[in-house]
Amino acid sequence: MKFLDYAPAPESQALLNLKPDYGLFINGDFQLGNGTPFSTISPATEKQIAMIASATEADVDTAVAAARRAYDRTWSRLSGSDRGKYLFRIARLMQERARELAVAESLDNGKPITESRDVDVPLAAAWFFYYAGWADKLDYAGVGPNPAALGVAAQVIPWNFPLLMLAWKIAPALAAGNTVVLKPAETTSLTAMLFAEILQQADLPNGVVNIITGAGATGQALVNHPDVNKVAFTGSTAVGRMIARSVAGTDKKLTLELGGKGANIVFDDAPIDQAIEGIISGVFFNQGHVCCAGSRLLVQESIHDEVIDRLKARMNTLRVGDPLDKNTDVGAINSAEQLQRIRELSDIGVQEGAERWSPDCVLPQEGFWFAPTIFTNVSTSHRIARDEVFGPVLSVLTFRTPAEAIAKANNTPYGLSAGIWSDKGSRILAVADKLRAGVIWANTFNKFDPASPFGGYQESGYGREGGRHGLAAYLAPAVRPGSRSKTAAVTTAAAAAKGDTAKVSADKAASARKKATK
Amino acid sequence: MTRLTVPKTYKLYIGGKFPRSESGRVYAVSSAAGDFLANAAQGSRKDARDAVVSARAALKGWSGATAYNRGQVLYRIAELLEGRRAQFVDEIMQAEGASAAGASAQVDDAIDAWVWYAGWADKYVQVAGNANPVSGPYFNLSVPEPTGVVAIVAPQTGGSLLGFVSAIAPALVAGNTVVVIAHETAPLTAISLGEVLATSDVPGGVVNILTGSPAEIAPWLASHGDVNALDLLGAGALDWVDLQIAAADTLKRVLPPEADAVPSLARILAFTETKTVWHTKSLL
Repeated sequence: MKFLDYAPAPESQALLNLKPDYGLFINGDFQLGNGTPFSTISPATEKQIAMIASATEADVDTAVAAARRAYDRTWSRLSGSDRGKYLFRIARLMQERARELAVAESLDNGKPITESRDVDVPLAAAWFFYYAGWADKLDYAGVGPNPAALGVAAQVIPWNFPLLMLAWKIAPALAAGNTVVLKPAETTSLTAMLFAEILQQADLPNGVVNIITGAGATGQALVNHPDVNKVAFTGSTAVGRMIARSVAGTDKKLTLELGGKGANIVFDDAPIDQAIEGIISGVFFNQGHVCCAGSRLLVQESIHDEVIDRLKARMNTLRVGDPLDKNTDVGAINSAEQLQRIRELSDIGVQEGAERWSPDCVLPQEGFWFAPTIFTNVSTSHRIARDEVFGPVLSVLTFRTPAEAIAKANNTPYGLSAGIWSDKGSRILAVADKLRAGVIWANTFNKFDPASPFGGYQESGYGREGGRHGLAAYLAPAVRPGSRSKTAAVTTAAAAAKGDTAKVSADKAASARKKATK
Repeated sequence: MTRLTVPKTYKLYIGGKFPRSESGRVYAVSSAAGDFLANAAQGSRKDARDAVVSARAALKGWSGATAYNRGQVLYRIAELLEGRRAQFVDEIMQAEGASAAGASAQVDDAIDAWVWYAGWADKYVQVAGNANPVSGPYFNLSVPEPTGVVAIVAPQTGGSLLGFVSAIAPALVAGNTVVVIAHETAPLTAISLGEVLATSDVPGGVVNILTGSPAEIAPWLASHGDVNALDLLGAGALDWVDLQIAAADTLKRVLPPEADAVPSLARILAFTETKTVWHTKSLL
């Protein structure tokens, strides 16, 4: 062992008490799915962790019916204070079982245990704690007095922060008085199943939360279900578009949190030590599987060389390996499919003329791994400057003036996050004004809090999660006397037209899909 | 032979400790039926001044805790109160002559009030604060902050536990620390609540509880130079206008007496100061 080598420090898996098979969580019970079960593996070892049930359209139907029944008979009749008490219970149980959830998350997702233990799980519990307090304060949510819940919420979440995204979705939905059918990502269902057990311990009324597992088709069936009132999706922009198309013409309310290509802008007067750390964590946190990652570094030309040298030196110290090792900085790529995409885009980066560099690091034989990578000499037209890589890959571009930095930062169809590094507050605020992004971090990066709204501009989606705004996304204003009949008439007319519209939009969607695959 | 019970000595709660009154005085507390229940400490001017010192010392930590942390600490009070509900039901029945159902309902309401207020800790800033659209290249943001040390006269009528909780909880939400004079004739539940606070995660000195005569103690708090606000919630039967006049010398924020302290956002905001921050935005 050499200086700066670390002995293995694995987190024990002894506190895990996993079942070999997990069913669908419908109406308060685990049930067999009608689809063919699939295995969930550890991306670090490719070994099977458990078998997960697969929900068919019929299962989706059962789950939505359970959620509807729970909404009509139980949840919508409870006082806000009682809904809040259930959410407080869930938050407390998650805090109590935090370590177990963290180990399961790292095992199933591949993220370092330090991240699941110190970020994902505590934040997920905080999300429930925060929204628990909102349940009896809906009048203050900003949509007027006596707001109403929407009904049944269909929620589909991604694999990068499985439990945290679940919390972002379920906590505000329940606080506002909705019931939920949630589908976790195919590769990361495990913590959602543990969460279902927590719901049983919390004695949450049956059917208020239903968790159905499966692949894309299950999610599609869920968001297209006619008895769903709200659709909330976090994932790729391509799928987001598909969902936006499919809910068009219905009265489903929609929130989309999609991809990003965040610009991290470093001015020459930036606090450089902090900036280097911020750039590193901005793009290598969670293997770069972060929709708001700072994957485009815009660095002022005068400090380019210094920044790149220091970034490379810092990247040399990143430890890639066993997600359950407490010394690991960068864990496993979540799936073979994602690894393939990262490799492909990186190869294109080289082909298009950018300069690729990675530190020497020994990657494990088994599992899916990708060394932290930096591309210099990137121009705005390169694929690695435009496409979301969703991996540990940083593209570096330069600028001379603030105006150029803003123009380059905004030169993207996305608009989720941005970072600004400068010692000058007035410059930070002026630049922030001009950036078209939903979350802007100044002299910091990747900060999340249940009290802070999160979401994107443009093709990064619409709607916000977190804070008062995140609550309002699950509420409808109270119907004012006299306005009901008018709304009903419009809806009826729309429903009558729907027969034709459905066919037209199906055709349109089909042709659009053809175009997209070309 | 029946077992002889061991009665509790009720003292003050100041700075996280349970001292007797510096004055050495006690007064007899009776049940609704007129039977002797216990001796309560008869708090003095010196006790009140000690309590203010403790409250001031605790302010930095409590107001500096994150809003999320304060919310969790206040919620924990509800958890502990739930666990000791039998004791409080008992004390309320004895002190107030309430029925079991009535006492139980009062404890429920007190617990629920803690839960309701706990939830506000990390929300009231977003509801009451705002970005201001000023005409010029400025970032301009207004946020509420805690006022400081709040002296409170707890309700002197009605349910002694619920009244006490309704008086102190809103002031704690924003991060203020409090000195509170309990219900004079039914002070025992307040001191028992002090035991709950002492074993919860509420730092010592955040809540300081005085028993005794509000008429004697309140004027010293009203005129105290290190008290920032005065809640006269339960002072309706005192010469409260005199207290308000005394408070004017140090320009304390004053809330007038109220018959019934229904939980409200207004009670939280009464003990906050709005801070507005201007920051330039440069021309690019």
